[in-house]
Amino acid sequence: MNKGVAITGMGIISAIGNNVAENFQSLIESKKGISRISKIDTIHKNDIMVGEIDYTNSQLEQLLGLSPDNNFSRTGLLGTVAAKEAVAHAGINDINKYKTGLISATSVGGMDMTEKFYYQYLENNTNHKYIEGHHAGDSTQKIAEQLGIEKSLITTISTACSSAANAIMLGARLIKSGQLDRVIVGGSDCMSKFTINGFKTLMILSDTYNTPFDENRKGLNLGEAAAFLVLESDTVVKAENKTVIAYVKGYGNANDAFHQTASSDHGDGATLAMEKALQVAGYTANDIDYINAHGTATGNNDLSEGRAIIRVFGENVPEFSSTKAYTGHTLAAAGAIEAVYSILALQNNVIYPNLNYKTQMKEFNITPQLEFKEKTLKTVMSNSFGFGGNCSTVIFSKEQ
Amino acid sequence: MNKVYINSISSISPQKTFDNSEFLNEVINHENQVVFAVEPIYKDYIPPAAARRMAKGIKMGVVASKMALKEAELEHVDAIITGTGMGCLRDSEKFLSAIIDNNEQFLTPTSFIQSTHNTVGGQIALELQCKGYNFTYVHGSNSFESALLDAKLQLELNEAQNILVGGVDELGDHTTKLQQLIHLIKNEAITTNTLLKSKTKGSMFGEGASFFVLSNKKQASTYAELVSVKMYNTLPLDEVSGLTTNFLKKNNLTIEDIDIVVLGNNGDIDFDGYFNQLTSTVFNNTQQVCYKHLCGEFNTASPFGIWIASKILKTQSLPDILKLNDKETGSFKNILLYNQYRGENHSFTLLKTC
Repeated sequence: MNKGVAITGMGIISAIGNNVAENFQSLIESKKGISRISKIDTIHKNDIMVGEIDYTNSQLEQLLGLSPDNNFSRTGLLGTVAAKEAVAHAGINDINKYKTGLISATSVGGMDMTEKFYYQYLENNTNHKYIEGHHAGDSTQKIAEQLGIEKSLITTISTACSSAANAIMLGARLIKSGQLDRVIVGGSDCMSKFTINGFKTLMILSDTYNTPFDENRKGLNLGEAAAFLVLESDTVVKAENKTVIAYVKGYGNANDAFHQTASSDHGDGATLAMEKALQVAGYTANDIDYINAHGTATGNNDLSEGRAIIRVFGENVPEFSSTKAYTGHTLAAAGAIEAVYSILALQNNVIYPNLNYKTQMKEFNITPQLEFKEKTLKTVMSNSFGFGGNCSTVIFSKEQ
Repeated sequence: MNKVYINSISSISPQKTFDNSEFLNEVINHENQVVFAVEPIYKDYIPPAAARRMAKGIKMGVVASKMALKEAELEHVDAIITGTGMGCLRDSEKFLSAIIDNNEQFLTPTSFIQSTHNTVGGQIALELQCKGYNFTYVHGSNSFESALLDAKLQLELNEAQNILVGGVDELGDHTTKLQQLIHLIKNEAITTNTLLKSKTKGSMFGEGASFFVLSNKKQASTYAELVSVKMYNTLPLDEVSGLTTNFLKKNNLTIEDIDIVVLGNNGDIDFDGYFNQLTSTVFNNTQQVCYKHLCGEFNTASPFGIWIASKILKTQSLPDILKLNDKETGSFKNILLYNQYRGENHSFTLLKTC
């Protein structure tokens, strides 16, 4: 059996809560964070629903104690809040005591500021400080700085909606190979006009609450979020007498190599990702107790993912549900927030209901878990799939 | 642990570098602060109809990939790992200006799709029908080095045998204007021949795609062994020399073992000091090589440095245009590369002849 990598802390901010405790409360109370958009002025405001975080940028800046001349994008602000919670949860006082890295994921990066000041930059220099913050690595640099990570390995991954799952995977591999003793892994994406309009042109935004795995699903709700996990080597766990909250047991990454945005009908990439993850974990399909599905509620994803799940699990598909109905699809952060939800499921032995579901899909007979359920869980599989054919699966376990 | 080799190289850059039978035989002396890639004939590699739909970054990436696979005599690879600082920037600009100019109406998805950072990696997977591991790193000047480290780990542990690794970035007009406003790009006229000695703020900006097949099996086409790659998010100026010595020591080498040091000098008076730390101290007596006056500065300019170092090791020749100083050199065995951008995201890469 392959050994898992210890997780010793987690942090999250999403439309259903500003920290881990608030997110869990919303999940078990079936409380959605989906509403009409309030923070971005878009002509689509009456046609879409989103998962927005309550805090404004200036509230977040205050919370973090940033000086007024800071040039944080919202992606950086959200990421810092979640990463700080994760580090505190892991009981880390001296971050550079061990070789500590940071792997973050984002798709939006600093686009929220770029789209505000795109032409204004040319007219006056009021907001020039944001120009350098456009690129995707900027938020990661800032989170590292806020955590006090110096002279270390930090990087950023952008594989669309599978990004944060890949950050977790890379982090686990860096611990296993001894490159790092400790690594903070996750992702952050804020809402932007750019992504709203991008998904709008692809015609995959629902005009109402998203309904994962429902026959009449109309598309996704965009969301914004950030979440991070702290992974530590066995040596650090032992030396510091750390409480391990779960393990990253398996991971798999594959490419669908089918279409630039759509998933293949039979979910080749998704199937490969799940199979590889099982293989790395040293598990068979029967060892999985719950699947936190990608389940975006687009016609294409849910069909492709459902078929892939059937290909991997056959007649014995475990309980599965998508939590996108709570949070919206948080793009590059999705794999990280769902990692937190998977770990919370393991810790509390619960399965979250797949909200908003009414009608069985006709292409297959598997049905998501519809009611809140208590079940002893040893393992949870989390799927994240994205544009560019990127498919990723991470398996979390209670035991190493 | 397996050793890791660079089995093939390809580069599309602001110099004519796409033909590996040459090594900077003719150098283009650019006379601008912004230098564009010299592109190969794309239709030799991709059908013209498909090429027309592709963003420049995608075209450069896909074609450089195909060239690298051809030289390595491979049809397939086990994984594709891409680094890009900004992705297909022109499409990002196109989509964003369309949103603003047309008040969020009359938009089409093509430029949005191509603006996604992983679009090049995804397109290469599509072209090669590669269903294996596929990652895209987007971490400024360490985007490519992240990809390199990832590939190295997999090859060392035998998780893959052949991996396509590359870096790609394209110039975008609006972004160029913005970068000029904040002096990332020099305000005054500059040329290939004057950039490195310019003593002013900012640099010359470029674009390009460099791809490599990395393998844990040596073959006839092999250029070099990739011995080590190490990244640092921050590094105090006064620690660069000490850290370099330590890095070499960990690889059982001393300063004297390094035949050539390849540096990422970009002519920015505010930040070339990091490189000067090395050239004026530990590598004072070593042959120093620079390359950004040829390709310009961009997030994935450093793989052009790897391309240069690989060529030097394989051909055992060093074109004069690359020399920062002139030392008597015998054969070239070990090459150290050091890069950073604006004092952040430092990388050390060590190559060795095989």
